[in-house]
Amino acid sequence: MSDIDPEALQGHRSHLIRYAMLQLRDPNLAEDVVQETLVAAIESRAKFAAQSSPRTWLVGILKHKIVDLLRKRAREPQLNVAEGEDENELVDALFKENGHWADPPQTWNAPEQSLENAHFWNVFEQCNQRMPLNTARAFMMREFMEMSTEEICQELGISTTNCWVILHRARLALRECLDMNWFGNAR
Amino acid sequence: MIDCKHNTELLSQSYDRPITLRERIAMRMHLMMCRGCRNFEKQLAFLRKAARELPRKL
Ligand SMILES: [Zn+2]
Repeated sequence: MSDIDPEALQGHRSHLIRYAMLQLRDPNLAEDVVQETLVAAIESRAKFAAQSSPRTWLVGILKHKIVDLLRKRAREPQLNVAEGEDENELVDALFKENGHWADPPQTWNAPEQSLENAHFWNVFEQCNQRMPLNTARAFMMREFMEMSTEEICQELGISTTNCWVILHRARLALRECLDMNWFGNAR
Repeated sequence: MIDCKHNTELLSQSYDRPITLRERIAMRMHLMMCRGCRNFEKQLAFLRKAARELPRKL
């Protein structure tokens, strides 16, 4: 059985750390899950060697490690979702009292092209980090880890309705941030 | 007639749960008359696409 080149593995490390940080926003926790991921990869080195896309495979392992960690942590009180995070402020700012947009969304110019632009992804990452921790976490579980809403509610110990509300706020916040910082509709 | 705030909630939830026929009709009616929400609808689709591509782009 061939060994994994440690350097090849290290090459993926910074990528995995960035990924884990987006979800966990805690350098120590991110470090831990990435370490566990690399250990798991070494343990199944034969599979690693057979991967056409090792990075995708590593991210797959990392996702599971993150979900496990969040699952454990969700039972601990400090990670309860949306406590003390006043996200209604955003919704109140976006809509007038009659329920209409305060400032209706403008067209985004060539969004598809942005996906090919490295700078766009930096902005996207920063916008994620600007969201309140638990909002970002629910959003990442949904969109990034592709968990179902039911799973997320369960993991986070919140009601389904609360889950929808949080996901909606996340999308509003992210849209607003990209609008201002990337698509150039700053007001 | 639903307002923009309610409509954006429904548009967002359509990514998280099955939407009823009644809700779908309400959204369509609103979208026909509201450009801001039409832009929002397209942007939501883009957000999902972008977030799901993120792991490959970091
Ligand atoms: Zn509208």
